[in-house]
Amino acid sequence: MTHSKTKSILLAGVGGQGILRASDIVCMALIEAGMDVKKSEVHGMAQRGGCVTSHVRYSDKVHAPLSKHGSIDILLAFEKMETLRYLHYLTKDATIIVNADEIYPPAVNLGESDYHPDIVSFLQSNYKIVKEIDATELAKKAGNVKTANVVLLGVLAHHMDIKLSVWEDVIAKAFPEKLRKINLTAFQMGNAA
Amino acid sequence: MKVLMSGNEAIARGVYEAGVRFAAGYPGTPSTEIMEEFARYEGVYAEWSPNEKVALEVAIGAALAGEKSLACMKHVGVNVAADPLFTVSYTGTNSALVIITADDPSLHSSQNEQDNRNYAKFAKIPMLEPSDVQEAKDFAKLAFAISSQFDTPVFLRSTTRVSHSKAPVTLGDITPYEDKTNISYNAAKFVMVPANARLRRVEVEKRLNALKEFAETFSENKMEMNNPEIGIITAGMSYSYAKDVFPDFSYLKLGMVYPLPEKMIRDFAARVKRIYVIEELDPFLEEQIKAMGIKVIGKEIFPYTLEFDPGIIENAINKYEHATPHPVHKIHSIPHRPPNLCPGCPHRGLFYVLGKLKCFVAGDIGCYTLSYMKPLEGINSCICMGASIGMAHGMSKALKDKGRGKVVGVIGDSTFIHSGIPPLLNMVYNKSNALVIILDNSTTAMTGMQEHPATGFTLLGEETKSLDIKALVAALGIENIRVIDPHHLKTTREIIKEELAKDGPSVIIAERPCVLFKKAKTENKKPFKIDPDKCNGCRVCLGLGCPPISWKKIAKTEGSKKAGYAVIDETYCNGCGLCKQVCKFDAIS
Repeated sequence: MTHSKTKSILLAGVGGQGILRASDIVCMALIEAGMDVKKSEVHGMAQRGGCVTSHVRYSDKVHAPLSKHGSIDILLAFEKMETLRYLHYLTKDATIIVNADEIYPPAVNLGESDYHPDIVSFLQSNYKIVKEIDATELAKKAGNVKTANVVLLGVLAHHMDIKLSVWEDVIAKAFPEKLRKINLTAFQMGNAA
Repeated sequence: MKVLMSGNEAIARGVYEAGVRFAAGYPGTPSTEIMEEFARYEGVYAEWSPNEKVALEVAIGAALAGEKSLACMKHVGVNVAADPLFTVSYTGTNSALVIITADDPSLHSSQNEQDNRNYAKFAKIPMLEPSDVQEAKDFAKLAFAISSQFDTPVFLRSTTRVSHSKAPVTLGDITPYEDKTNISYNAAKFVMVPANARLRRVEVEKRLNALKEFAETFSENKMEMNNPEIGIITAGMSYSYAKDVFPDFSYLKLGMVYPLPEKMIRDFAARVKRIYVIEELDPFLEEQIKAMGIKVIGKEIFPYTLEFDPGIIENAINKYEHATPHPVHKIHSIPHRPPNLCPGCPHRGLFYVLGKLKCFVAGDIGCYTLSYMKPLEGINSCICMGASIGMAHGMSKALKDKGRGKVVGVIGDSTFIHSGIPPLLNMVYNKSNALVIILDNSTTAMTGMQEHPATGFTLLGEETKSLDIKALVAALGIENIRVIDPHHLKTTREIIKEELAKDGPSVIIAERPCVLFKKAKTENKKPFKIDPDKCNGCRVCLGLGCPPISWKKIAKTEGSKKAGYAVIDETYCNGCGLCKQVCKFDAIS
């Protein structure tokens, strides 16, 4: 039996940005849309303010939860510089969604090394689809800065073939009653951006 | 019904489905969530034991009393539990006993990447290894069945990528709990004095032979015949990676990695032209298969170190088969982003002080190990759980007068309880001059806030007696005991200096709850600000390595040496005030 080609998304950023929660929601939306899904991530010590990534892979039958270099279709970067760390994972036609947030790593804080300038223009000159978004700003507008991860899902939804109603159902289920409305607003703001 | 689950959630579910209601463990990445998830099921008894050795002994006791039981730990935890492990293999288990070892290829959160499949062979215990989340659940259930059938402990080996991946899982029926507990006496089987153990030793070999026969027909040792040119023998996550890039090869997938089904392997070898053995870390399968006289290709093309991914497997085989190699992708060099102590972390102040005191600081396992990095540089060694105290004592004894006032051991509260008590007693007994600092943040922080004997709560959320660490230290015979708040830098420095100067062993207990701890969060503190005019650009506050504090360069102006100033990101600042304490220019308020 031949299977459809497995597609891969990489969510990447810094510990504490809600990356794992966001990738759970992506998985739930894909399952609702009838896909087989596998995702992989690392918890624990690696997470304390360090790099966090979550691989999400989907098709009608997925084997590996981890992607190989040169195979990722969409990079959803929660932090600007983190985009550069994973470019070798992308296909040459990959879509890059990049949050405008800049979080300085220790070497930059200490003045030992510089935060890369002009990241977005570099990406734009090398990749066809690069979308920069100030998710933190939109999340503040939605009413809670912590919903920046869901704002980014709104942008991601724009580049995936899943009905908006499916996303909204899944987001509604993923949060407790009192956070539901604010997250749906954040998602819609991201989707409209 | 399909449910999105992590490998660890799936293992907990599988254990519960097997009708098991008893588990003991010690937290450790990537295993921790198995116990936490299992504890949520109705009607279970689950405990955090003080360490893995105790956890395994608790599970052995329960199994001997007729209760199916689980012992759960990370790979290095099995080292701690190894003493009972090797002998419970002789006694057998009465009821079922499964030991989970969660290995960490690539050392995502560990001090080594030992391959615990070797324990199966070493202790002569069968081992199952799931290749994905669904199998994690199913194999947990099968492990208990095998344990019951063969009166043996059974290993279930997970790896980080199985434990921490997620996938939809088809749930199974839950075997209802049957109370089969009773006290039974059988000295010949359970009293392992030499005379009895010699007889049990023979039984172990018989059991292993029976298990080898069982492996030949075990449902999870499977051949998938496709292209007869190339056969892959593999197990665990490597199977999923290989299948992803080479769906058309023939496979022998081993669900049981010890003991091996020799006849099945020979049969497979006869049906394919060339065999690759794909396994992360040690050539565990490869060496056994080569010892059968079967020619296979293994570690000559696959790495020994770190975890695999589909690309590593694809490239290694393609290169060997002279197929087109995968294009090499440029990796951009950008500043590292290592994990760091959180803003407001109680460890920061202590290691800021220690880093400046020019002592040798023997560290231990916990978040505080991160302070070995720049700019704190407050830890000089880290070997394993509990090693700090014994090492500090040994170093102090060896250095004699040269080490006076210069050797410190630091250990967290959970780690101290895990394996710090006997070495501290040793310091008293053998008249040490070293200083031990117990970092009491009231929780097992690094693995995600687990309870322990000094927190006052059990894994099941019940209130319990809370260990008084100071009274315990006094009871061990330590006479110099001081309690400090590591957020007060000046007193912290003074007290450490005083205790370092004293004869005999000293203990300082640095008390302050972890900032992520739910009870500490209620303290609502105002973020600090730096006045850029008052800041003279000395960078002393940057020496704290606090994530919200960064450096802003400015263009030099005439008559000023100031190259920049420090800034605090208010969204991340926790208001702990350490930076205010170190600022000599009153720029932080």
